[in-house]
Amino acid sequence: MKGFIALISGINFALGLGYSGMTQVHIVRGFLDVFGIWDWRLMGVMIGAIGVHAITYPLIRKRKSPLLAPDFHLPTKNEIDKRLILGAVIFGLGWGWAGICPGPGIVSLASGNPSFIYFIVSMLLGMKFFQFMDNKFTRSK
Amino acid sequence: MEAIYGGVLIGVAATMMLLFNGRVTGISGIVGGLLNPVSKDKSWRILFLLGLLVGGFFLRFFHPVSFVTVSNAWRIDYMIAGFFVGFGTLLGNGCTSGHGVCGISRFSFRSIISTIIFILSGILSVVFFKLIRGYL
Repeated sequence: MKGFIALISGINFALGLGYSGMTQVHIVRGFLDVFGIWDWRLMGVMIGAIGVHAITYPLIRKRKSPLLAPDFHLPTKNEIDKRLILGAVIFGLGWGWAGICPGPGIVSLASGNPSFIYFIVSMLLGMKFFQFMDNKFTRSK
Repeated sequence: MEAIYGGVLIGVAATMMLLFNGRVTGISGIVGGLLNPVSKDKSWRILFLLGLLVGGFFLRFFHPVSFVTVSNAWRIDYMIAGFFVGFGTLLGNGCTSGHGVCGISRFSFRSIISTIIFILSGILSVVFFKLIRGYL
């Protein structure tokens, strides 16, 4: 059942990205191109998504547990550290460069366009590289 | 207006995941957990990602404008950018979905800071490449 919810949520998420234009790299890069003809659509998506979730989040958290799982898994960290800042900088550079972030990248694999396979394979390699470095330098100390 | 409607769908997807499964809908975190040999809860992650692909196929057949053709000349760019996106999102614990949508909805200070930084960094990247290429 948890898997079924995840599947439906994934489909919903993909349709939301597709209908809002977020799978089109020129729309995403148009939002970041603040000195050109600014494209407001990415902000519209954020407003729609946050508008819904900011209302539902506190309502859900009134419950002791989720409907199908024993506990909520939510981030607990509060401090702003170097990893958060550096990670956001590196991610942003790649995001602006290609106009693709992880969600739209995965959805776009369905387009059959090989360019997105290149992107996602590299993204997975970047993630594996991070996990390798993290194990080697952070966990061992 | 499609942008806001699409955003609402994403908000509904994130709400479902939290209400039923107690999980944050952060794509990079979901993929990262799948790559991590230590994590045990892989099935919901696989099914969520499968859902993204199934949704992608719906779009391909019923809303084909979602996928514009991308020039092959961009492949090297995509490979380097993809590596940055993978490394950066795991180092910074989230991407546009985890920090930008779910985190801001919780009013998480970390997520607000992260979102501001990756948008600024994204602007820098777009402006830089527009300068050297001469087009967006």
